[in-house]
Amino acid sequence: MRFMLLQNYGEVQSGAPPITEWRPGDIKAHIEFQGTLNDELVASGELVDAQGLAGPEQAKFVVSDGKSAPVITDGPFPESKELLAGYRLIDVDSLERAIEIAAKASAAPGYNGEPIRDAIEVRQVMGAPDPEV
Amino acid sequence: MIGRASTEGLLRELAPQVLGALVRRYRDFAAAEDAVQEALLAAASKWPVEGEPDDPQAWLIRVAGRRIVDQYRRDDARRRREELAASWSIAPPDDPVPGRDDTLILMFMCCHPSLTPAAAIPLTLRAVGGLTTREIATAFLVPEATMAQRISRAKAKVKASDEPFTLPSSGTRTERLRLVLHVLYLLFNEGYATSSGPDLARTDLSGEAIRLARPVQAALPDDPEVAGLLALMLLTDARRPARTGADGALVPLAEQDRTRWDRDLIAEGVALIIELEGEMGEYQVQAAIAAVHDQSPSHAETNWGEILALYGLLERMTGNPMVTLNRAVAAAMANGPAAGLALLDGLDDLLGDHHRLHAVRAHLLELAGDINGAFAEFRAAAARTNNLREQHYLTTKAAQVKPMTSTDAVRPTTD
Repeated sequence: MRFMLLQNYGEVQSGAPPITEWRPGDIKAHIEFQGTLNDELVASGELVDAQGLAGPEQAKFVVSDGKSAPVITDGPFPESKELLAGYRLIDVDSLERAIEIAAKASAAPGYNGEPIRDAIEVRQVMGAPDPEV
Repeated sequence: MIGRASTEGLLRELAPQVLGALVRRYRDFAAAEDAVQEALLAAASKWPVEGEPDDPQAWLIRVAGRRIVDQYRRDDARRRREELAASWSIAPPDDPVPGRDDTLILMFMCCHPSLTPAAAIPLTLRAVGGLTTREIATAFLVPEATMAQRISRAKAKVKASDEPFTLPSSGTRTERLRLVLHVLYLLFNEGYATSSGPDLARTDLSGEAIRLARPVQAALPDDPEVAGLLALMLLTDARRPARTGADGALVPLAEQDRTRWDRDLIAEGVALIIELEGEMGEYQVQAAIAAVHDQSPSHAETNWGEILALYGLLERMTGNPMVTLNRAVAAAMANGPAAGLALLDGLDDLLGDHHRLHAVRAHLLELAGDINGAFAEFRAAAARTNNLREQHYLTTKAAQVKPMTSTDAVRPTTD
């Protein structure tokens, strides 16, 4: 079963300030944690892909009617907290395992080394149907 | 039939025999499996250029054997070398055991009870099927490094079980064989569910499942469930050419162009189950159901009474509510939609909100002329399926049973 674990900006329950206001050591620990978690998921045979996205400042919204020139909206956006920051695509045996990995990602070290408590969105990716019988 | 037309076909055919010979000689499944994979890769790049050696099997055994010895030489543990030297001296120089049994033993090892199907399937494809890690990774759409780790962890678990390289004892044989058949069944289903016409980039997993099931059936010709599973796969695969439209969309059984079904596969599958005697097993009954469909001239002329009886038998054998769902469809076709809908009533508690219960109810309500009910159930099924093509099909069905008029459609105001 494949799941997308999605992380948004600003969905942080620990109330930590944005990462740009952290001490260098906290930032380093946070980034190292992400790399280590990815390595663990490769070693367990579960990682399909993991990417961080460029910041919301570079985000664009594109709307088109297919005829006239598309309408492009540049940032910064007042609702940038709802934008996607990054994702992990995992291939695991069960929903329980996906939740376990999401919980681990949510507890990444943040400001002052405290668990950041990111709200991780867990979404199953469409796959093969179950056996017919 | 496995063609020798290509190096790839030959290598896949030889892989389990070569691995069997090495495991017998070195008694180390994990190391032998790695060495065989390397030898296969070497052959795949060498043979098409330099030509096949006179005895391809001996070449592979020699090259893989050299790799395994090189690996052991690099191994620092003295104790390990001593143990190995001891095992060499007792290993017989030539092993007269036929490759067919080795393939079966390897199937039992790879479909080990300590492994989940997600681990057993790629290990079986590599060790018995002779596929490369890259091919398997591509087939399952995961990175090669991830798949390599999954296979390596599976091998470590098999190794930890310390099982001898022989067929399981008669006490556990039936249960272990059931696991082998289950893994092959899931592999077939994975391929069947994800295939969308000719896709050359992805390994044909259904075809691999059939290829792996053949030697198991050849080794155990009297086992009715092995023959039943192989027949089920052949009889299901026979419909594959008609199962997807030109746009890749699912074509349900009722609407398939039966002239596109593969008659040779149908004949082979039917022959396998006709010869069977004794007590019926689950795969056999499923194969019998597939055979009734495959031999019917049209959906309307299908002997639904026979299919209903077979699903009844399968339901008593398995107690699986999914089987009851299929029996409800057969009951509706044989005796009218009310008979089918009545069978669904008891399933809500067992299947809860499962998309397939909604989908079957939708079809039966449509047959009964309850347009609003069918529409709601098709929509409910579409929202709950985890398969994109199924979702497209169900969404389209909902739109077909109750076309929206312009006044029905709720348009969000955008400006």
